[in-house]
Amino acid sequence: MLTLTSPVEIWAHRLPAGVKLAAMALATTGLFLMGSPLGLGLSALATATLYLAGGGGFAMTGLRLLRPLWPFVLVVAAWHLWTGDFAGGAAVTLRMLTAVALANFVTMTTRLSDMIAIFQGLARPLAPFGLAPRRLALAMALVIRFIPVMLDRLAQITDAWSARSARRPRWRVLVPATLAALDDADRAAEALRARGGTG
Amino acid sequence: MERSLTHIALFAALIAVLGLIPKIDLAAGVPITAQSLGIMLCGTVLGARRGALAVLLFLALVAAGLPLLSGGRGGLGVFAGPSVGYLIGFPVAAFVTGWLMERTTLPTGLAAGAASVIGGIGVLYVFGISGMAIMLDKSLTEAAFLGMAFLPGDILKAVIAGLVTQSLARMRPASLLSRA
Repeated sequence: MLTLTSPVEIWAHRLPAGVKLAAMALATTGLFLMGSPLGLGLSALATATLYLAGGGGFAMTGLRLLRPLWPFVLVVAAWHLWTGDFAGGAAVTLRMLTAVALANFVTMTTRLSDMIAIFQGLARPLAPFGLAPRRLALAMALVIRFIPVMLDRLAQITDAWSARSARRPRWRVLVPATLAALDDADRAAEALRARGGTG
Repeated sequence: MERSLTHIALFAALIAVLGLIPKIDLAAGVPITAQSLGIMLCGTVLGARRGALAVLLFLALVAAGLPLLSGGRGGLGVFAGPSVGYLIGFPVAAFVTGWLMERTTLPTGLAAGAASVIGGIGVLYVFGISGMAIMLDKSLTEAAFLGMAFLPGDILKAVIAGLVTQSLARMRPASLLSRA
């Protein structure tokens, strides 16, 4: 399965994940405290420079990750054109785009394993409540492993349906798919127990 | 212990898989994704605690950088965007759906459908709409207007969640941990 980490290695890949996350948290807080469209415009410009410093390909990928936001940009633009509050509309749009772009930047420059290590670190204080870091890592690995298995299963169920019926299966595939997930969970549990349990 | 962990993991995977099904495949002509259906099923099948944990596990993997949200979205950016309220509401929605499912004495299918409407729509919309209002700097009424576009699809999903849960209860009664 593909992650959102950029294959183009830039300088930020070499920074520790914790440092990047802390910087992102600070910058995002700053964005939400800032009200002036000018300050937000400068922040957006700085973020764009951050991306462009990573090269054209890197910046294009970053731009593509912002694409799901266009309906919101459209709605906000239409709303503020209607009310005539252009400065407010610009501030909201710039803040949204910059905050999301900054967060995407951290994701694009941090490997999945490093992010999972961060989660394990965060989970350490929760160990007395049953969320031991090892169990969390095991659960995450299970999810990542089972997503392609379940996608295959779903395709098989759909094929089996199509072989017997001219109608499309739609939601009816969900019952056998969920049932398969429950059975897989039981089998995986048995396999884990046979190998010494989850610790 | 192991069984609890694998159930949580497998349902987290199920939420991801449901988000990857093409929109049009679920119901004729209605462009909806099945992701929030996965949230509802976590509650109706696994119950409150395990259902909420499965959703949290799914969100952790999204935050870690896997593009598992419907439409291939993921990474930390989605938590800084206008839909963040829905993401925060996901585990709460699963918890409330599961909690209702554990408490009610209604027949399984009806209980699952009703719990999905209250938890998976009511609770989720409170979080999602508040989130949009804050992130887009709009009043709650204006944000609610935006959020209502998804209501018909979500009601259909609650009905499907009820039907799926009922079928599971009939085929494998022991599998419904929320009713165990």
